[in-house]
Amino acid sequence: MNIPQELKYTKDHEWLRIDGDEAIVGITDFAQGELGDIVYVEVETEGDTVEAGGVFGTVEAVKTVSDLFMPVDGEVAEFNTALESNPEVVNADPYGDGWMIKVKISGGTEGLLSADDYKALIGE
Amino acid sequence: MNKIPLHHLHQSLGAKIVPFAGYEMPVRYSSDKEEHHAVRQSVGVFDVSHMGEFKLTGPNALELIQAVTSNDASKMVDGQAQYSCLPNDRGGIVDDLLVYRISTEKYLLVVNASNIEKDWNWIKSKDKWNVPMKNISEEIVLLAVQGPKAQITLQKLTEIDLSAISFYRFIQGELAGTDMIISATGYTGAGGFELYIPKGHAEKVWKSIFAAGEEFDIKPIGLGARDTLRLEMGFCLYGNDIDDTTSPLEAGLSWITKFSKDFTNADALRKQKETGVSQRLVGFEMVERGIPRKDYTIVDEQGNSIGRVTSGTMSPSLEKGIGMGYVKTGFHQVDTELFIQIRNKSLKAKVVKPPFLK
Repeated sequence: MNIPQELKYTKDHEWLRIDGDEAIVGITDFAQGELGDIVYVEVETEGDTVEAGGVFGTVEAVKTVSDLFMPVDGEVAEFNTALESNPEVVNADPYGDGWMIKVKISGGTEGLLSADDYKALIGE
Repeated sequence: MNKIPLHHLHQSLGAKIVPFAGYEMPVRYSSDKEEHHAVRQSVGVFDVSHMGEFKLTGPNALELIQAVTSNDASKMVDGQAQYSCLPNDRGGIVDDLLVYRISTEKYLLVVNASNIEKDWNWIKSKDKWNVPMKNISEEIVLLAVQGPKAQITLQKLTEIDLSAISFYRFIQGELAGTDMIISATGYTGAGGFELYIPKGHAEKVWKSIFAAGEEFDIKPIGLGARDTLRLEMGFCLYGNDIDDTTSPLEAGLSWITKFSKDFTNADALRKQKETGVSQRLVGFEMVERGIPRKDYTIVDEQGNSIGRVTSGTMSPSLEKGIGMGYVKTGFHQVDTELFIQIRNKSLKAKVVKPPFLK
């Protein structure tokens, strides 16, 4: 299971790459594996401010659908539109080209998990 | 939670195991899509040993089967299988099943895993003849070898001419050195066979099949792809598309509801046939981009609720959303526009006649 040490995580299986007051957000390798083949990523909150824990989008796999939860308070600044035509990138490269949104952080980041916390959470 | 006999084998193949109908079942080995395409294009093997098998014997076995099932089992010959259902006495369906006629006084009923106990009790409750009945579910490993290369793969392992077994026929014979039932049936529409194997021999048979299919890149297939494959054919899944409350006529199963004989609730169903049903199970495909899922609401153009989705997926072969669901009679004709409520939107779909994959 790939869990990069430099990223932050949430219990909803999202990762964040934080750079100042911005973060890139995606779903973890574990999450993509549980979902199976991802066929659709829908984010219609671009430009919206969403509270931590709020739904910013939806990911559809062949067999299942799952909400995407905002990991921190902030504005959904950008959606990775490449996922519209190639959602399977989320399976192939969850921490790279499979990123989902860029967030302008407006709240705290204390509640996020470290890589080790996340490992423990999923029982690795 | 029950384990199927080859559980350890699926684990060693890296399967993701999930609880399903009381069993720990392999849902996926690599990818749902990859497994789906393997079956459509070449060959794949499903371990569906969670399914239940009842053996009914004796001079009254047929009478009991005729009394509890909706299809006409008296029309079968030895070596024939028949799709059928067990109507309940409230207008719904206890289960759908396959009936195998082994000989005049020997039948095998193959039922859904989640309904083994319910079916057993139901059939027993209708048995006026004391028909000898045995639940052999725990003794049998059921492997479905499906796909256009299934026959050529299995032919390497048997002297029986598999090409001579027509659809819904079966033979009891030797394959991979093991006596089994070789049945030209399946739940994928991709062709192939279902093998009923004594569990002690199953691992050896599995390995022989994979060796024989190596040149066709044979793959183990999980329940995930099993569902997308059956849905592309418009096959009903008990618990989704049919259940204790849906009538076989509503579900489009008139073709296995034969009023030429008497069976549970036949009078009420006959009446329903005459007066017409108020809802119908239809297949539909998405016109707008979206994926229907079980329990989503179906609405008309004005937004009035007209039904519910019972099964839905992204079709790996067609690369669009497909589904089945009940709609009010009148909205069931082919090409009727429907709208599926997916999250906060109503997305356009249209009624199509299954199979989705022609």
